[in-house]
Amino acid sequence: MPVLEIEDLSVSYGAVHALTDVSFTAAEGEVTAVLGANGAGKTTLLRAITGLVRPRKGTVRYDGEQLDKMSVEKIVRHGVAHVPEGRSVIEEMTVDENLRLGALWRFSRRQRGPVIEEIYGLFPPLAERRRQHANTLSGGERQMLAIGRALVSRPKVLLLDEPSLGLAPIVTARLMAVLRDLTQASNLIVVLVEQNARSSLSIAQKAVVINLGRVVVCDDAAKLAGDTELRHHYLGY
Amino acid sequence: MGELRKKAQGLAAKPWFRMPRQPMLRHLSYAAVAVVFLYFLTQKLSAFNDYEVGEIAFYVVALAGLTLLTGVNGQISLGHGGFMAVGGFTLALLVEHTKWNVVPELAIAIVTSALVGALIGIPATRLRGPYLAGMTLMVALGLPYLTNQYDSFFGGDQGLTTPQPIGPASINPEQWLAWIQLACALIVLILLGNLLRSRFGRSFRAVRDDEIAASLAGIHVARTKVIAFMVSAGCAGLAGALLALSAGGVNSAEFPLSISIYLLAGMVIGGTGSLMGVWWGAILIVYLPTSWAPSLANHFHVNSQVSANLAVIIFGLVLVVGMLVAPGGIQGALRWVAVRVGAYFSPDGVPNMKLSLQEAPTDRAVHDSESVTQADKPGV
Repeated sequence: MPVLEIEDLSVSYGAVHALTDVSFTAAEGEVTAVLGANGAGKTTLLRAITGLVRPRKGTVRYDGEQLDKMSVEKIVRHGVAHVPEGRSVIEEMTVDENLRLGALWRFSRRQRGPVIEEIYGLFPPLAERRRQHANTLSGGERQMLAIGRALVSRPKVLLLDEPSLGLAPIVTARLMAVLRDLTQASNLIVVLVEQNARSSLSIAQKAVVINLGRVVVCDDAAKLAGDTELRHHYLGY
Repeated sequence: MGELRKKAQGLAAKPWFRMPRQPMLRHLSYAAVAVVFLYFLTQKLSAFNDYEVGEIAFYVVALAGLTLLTGVNGQISLGHGGFMAVGGFTLALLVEHTKWNVVPELAIAIVTSALVGALIGIPATRLRGPYLAGMTLMVALGLPYLTNQYDSFFGGDQGLTTPQPIGPASINPEQWLAWIQLACALIVLILLGNLLRSRFGRSFRAVRDDEIAASLAGIHVARTKVIAFMVSAGCAGLAGALLALSAGGVNSAEFPLSISIYLLAGMVIGGTGSLMGVWWGAILIVYLPTSWAPSLANHFHVNSQVSANLAVIIFGLVLVVGMLVAPGGIQGALRWVAVRVGAYFSPDGVPNMKLSLQEAPTDRAVHDSESVTQADKPGV
């Protein structure tokens, strides 16, 4: 069974060590929650997996293939989709065009239509706005669009950076439910970076807690959620 | 007025003619209309006016390339005069050393300047904004004067001669040349129009708006930027070759820095990112420096030092005022009017965005107004 393997990953920005010897594996059909305070290195971890920053040492493997030497678009074309922080969508394009963009490298013009309809099925609010420019969307809709654009290429690995940031609790809950169902239905490997530990632990099978660039806990999500002392110490609730 | 409005609404409900939806067909039908119009225009005009129409045509070619690079792909270039020089000299060298027809000569001029464009485009992928402007500025300054270094090959200050292509005896040479140049302009506009509608066009715009998002969508950002540079430089090269045909020869003085600056200003004034707007820019570039500015200087009896630079000053003024009044340039302003007129006559009073001629919209004002109007109307 293919897994995403991260081994001894270290990233530094000049003299600042953002990540030190981070290792964990994420399995198919599971959500792996990555938790930690601000500046712990969660975003850097995702950026290193998709090649947006280069690790100083360590490897990233998916299905036995080493990703960490590949260019960003090559990693993406190996089935790794990354939804960066801040709902990155192409503002000057319509919702439909943004989705087409995500499907561009993967599907022929004829195949794209039905694949995009699937995304609209997943996120109905987007369907109503398909001809609207992305800069007219609300925060939640933008996040849906960013995730939709990642999913439209039918990835095998989905990396999500703070998808609940700035969203109303009810929107977050809906988003998490969609993610949970999708992970099981499409046998995705999901790595979910979140500040909001409670909501991400509710759908995660595994949890990795990072503190100052190091993995401090790597365990079942249920166990972490049950361990009051750990939770209190690292997650603050 | 009410009668007129009702009548127009009736017409709008039942259109008697619809442009084809397929982009290639639609662009070809625009071009067919343009061919008929331009044919009769060149028939009516004098030889000198034909020459000016030809000039407008090759500036359209150069501006279309620039609008693709700067407007659609977001890479600024102050070096397009340099690429024009590459195309012009390539054509002149081919004329001198071969006995080919003008068509393969133009084709090779395009290829050569596209290759030079790639050479510049590859380092350009690492630069942006003012740094890219600085680097491309060196192209505009350096490339034409490089030819002075190799006198024997490029003809030095005198340059090389390029005789006008001879058409059928019944057609006068100016008209024949204008037709060649106009044909090139229309072909370039059709091809670029299709390119912008294709996956490449979408990639160009995605890279302009957000490079990280584009790369995460699987787009090869660097390759996309180099392709844009090559296509754009190829257009500039074709324009330079057509300029050489008009001028009857090439030398380094024909491609001064001001040509690159006029091109950038003309593109912005015409409407950044708009392929239709390039006609306005080209008309301005042809008439402002040679005809409008001198007559203005005469009228106000300004001294010769001012009058020599009057065109640049006016370009600067128009640029500043234009950007404040109409950020989308002339084409953006026309579309703004068209959308509003359309809204007045449409049955539900909602602006019809299909009126917009532009494939790659950059005019924010128009979109914003659309969403506002839709939000204001309950149930739309």
